[in-house]
Amino acid sequence: MKILVCISKTPDTTAKIAFKDNNTKFAAEGVQWIINPYDEWYALVRAIELKEKDPSTTLHLVTVATADADPVVRKALALGGDEAIRVNADSHDCYYVAAQIAEVAKQNSYDLIFTGKETIDYNGSSVGGIIAGLLNMTYISLATKFELNGTTATVTREIEGGEETVQAALPVVVSCQKGVAEQRIPNMKGIMGARTKPLKIMEPVAIDMLTSVVSFDLPQAKAGVKLIPADNPAELVRLLHEEAKLI
Amino acid sequence: MSVLIFIDHTDGHVKKTSLEALSYGAKVAAQTGNAAEGILLGTVADDLTLLGKYGIKKINRVNNEILNHLDPQLIADVLAEVVKQTGAKIIVFPNNVTGKAIAPILSAKLKAGLVSGVVSLPDTSNGFIVRKSVFSGKAFANVSINTEIKIISLNPNSYQIQEPGGTAEIVSLDIPVGASKIKALSTSKSSGDIPLSEAEIVVSGGRGLKGPENWGMIEELAKLLGAATACSRPVADEHWRPHNEHVGQTGLAIAPNLYIAIGISGAIQHLAGVNRSKTIVVINKDPEAPFFKAANYGIVGDAFEVVPKIIQAVKQLKGAQ
Ligand SMILES: Cc1cc2nc3c(=O)[nH]c(=O)nc-3n(C[C@H](O)[C@H](O)[C@H](O)COP(=O)(O)OP(=O)(O)OC[C@H]3O[C@@H](n4cnc5c(N)ncnc54)[C@H](O)[C@@H]3O)c2cc1C
Ligand SMILES: Nc1ncnc2c1ncn2[C@@H]1O[C@H](COP(=O)(O)O)[C@@H](O)[C@H]1O
Repeated sequence: MKILVCISKTPDTTAKIAFKDNNTKFAAEGVQWIINPYDEWYALVRAIELKEKDPSTTLHLVTVATADADPVVRKALALGGDEAIRVNADSHDCYYVAAQIAEVAKQNSYDLIFTGKETIDYNGSSVGGIIAGLLNMTYISLATKFELNGTTATVTREIEGGEETVQAALPVVVSCQKGVAEQRIPNMKGIMGARTKPLKIMEPVAIDMLTSVVSFDLPQAKAGVKLIPADNPAELVRLLHEEAKLI
Repeated sequence: MSVLIFIDHTDGHVKKTSLEALSYGAKVAAQTGNAAEGILLGTVADDLTLLGKYGIKKINRVNNEILNHLDPQLIADVLAEVVKQTGAKIIVFPNNVTGKAIAPILSAKLKAGLVSGVVSLPDTSNGFIVRKSVFSGKAFANVSINTEIKIISLNPNSYQIQEPGGTAEIVSLDIPVGASKIKALSTSKSSGDIPLSEAEIVVSGGRGLKGPENWGMIEELAKLLGAATACSRPVADEHWRPHNEHVGQTGLAIAPNLYIAIGISGAIQHLAGVNRSKTIVVINKDPEAPFFKAANYGIVGDAFEVVPKIIQAVKQLKGAQ
């Protein structure tokens, strides 16, 4: 069994979101980077569990990022995995990232590729599907449970209005969300071990940029809260009805 | 050239998010001097000619039951053929569960630039630039799509449904459908009548409600308002509520017209999933709760005293209407 987990770095969830260079770039100065929560808590942990069950499993991590992602990749390796591959490029757009990962995948023919549900900075929810499209692999999105039985995957996934349990033969690409696994904290042994695990650097292949960010902006600030006395909640209902016209 | 809009449906009915996508697509078509066409895969009970009222003259169909089932590769294969036959240059998806599964694969197959999570009409004055939500609702990015074929996935509740009127002509396309590699074993419907992502009003509870046994008043208020229910992450983690109600940075991101937060502190990760709501009401006993900074209306008070009174007042209002 060969598993690839796609890992992205994202600003810490409490990081201040600001832009520079005429609002064309994220102001990353002083920002703490973390592993994208969906990749860490669900995709990676589930892959580690599968390897714990079947130790003959090869588990690779891949990220498309410049060298400033290395600490985040080491942290991911401290949780588990045999080696990490970093494709040395900025993550320009989702097609670019997916195409780089598809190249890596072609060289190793993985049975299983896990991504997170989405990155919490770009919110594309797209990279996994594009990888599947490029490699013509079965794609199961928004998984909430994942089981493996030989070469058959049984996956519960979100569908419109509910959940569905499906079965598919490997190889598959699966995007993971809450339910697939439980968050883990790396232990000392893992952290020490991660230092000696290989982190391979690959140069990117040439891929066209299908989309490009022109500028960023921030939402308008709220005007301020209108407080209603606690002993008169009916006034809130009146305001929502007459002023906001929402109910 | 045309704008092609993907029409999603469940249980035989077209989804509200698709009506938004149709309205949006019709407007994009008008703006770019194109015709707007819908594409519906699978079988439905609805009368599709009525979808004309959203400004769509033509609905293409591939009437094959296999396509009712979500197999993104299979559906993207069919769509790629539809794009070829219709000569579509702009493809619009609702950015719901279905759209998230299919749009990326179509992007790969057509090598077409995809922007998902779009919140407003494109700027076509110089190129083709769409605005999308990024950093989990904390910012927007204006993204240029540089390919000839462009794919847009529209966020739910971002574009008002428009009904200029008219009826649509239905055209059946004969496109062969392969066999699915994804076998369905079982399905379960989520609780609640109104899907959270489509709800116009959402009543949400946090750890301040102390335990699952206290959700009766949340559900009652939601029912009275025709709202969906949601919760903060710890509430879902402690299994007080199902995980599909969890909103925030690591849960669902929603943008209802009205979000009522009860006993939720308003941590930055929670706000990330709800700050696109048009109006926010906060009920919290702590005047320092950060949520008040993001609120339009607030009551500083004990939810167990305040909410029953709100329910009372809503009942009176609805009774009077
Ligand atoms: C990486 C990461 C991702 C996260 N993602 C999410 C996410 O997606 N969604 C999310 O919600 N959280 C998320 N969190 C957690 C978030 O930081 C907060 O811990 C969480 O939102 C707090 O939930 P809460 O407001 O329900 O609980 P608390 O913080 O415990 O707040 C309870 C509130 O209820 C009020 N209260 C108590 N009793 C009453 C009463 N009787 N009447 C009225 N008010 C009362 C209190 O004053 C308090 O403000 C994330 C955290 C991290 C680190
Ligand atoms: N730069 C990247 N390197 C590796 N994996 C990535 C990268 N960007 C996104 N991914 C993976 O793709 C998933 C979806 O990302 P997105 O389409 O950007 O929302 C993430 O949860 C990651 O698992």
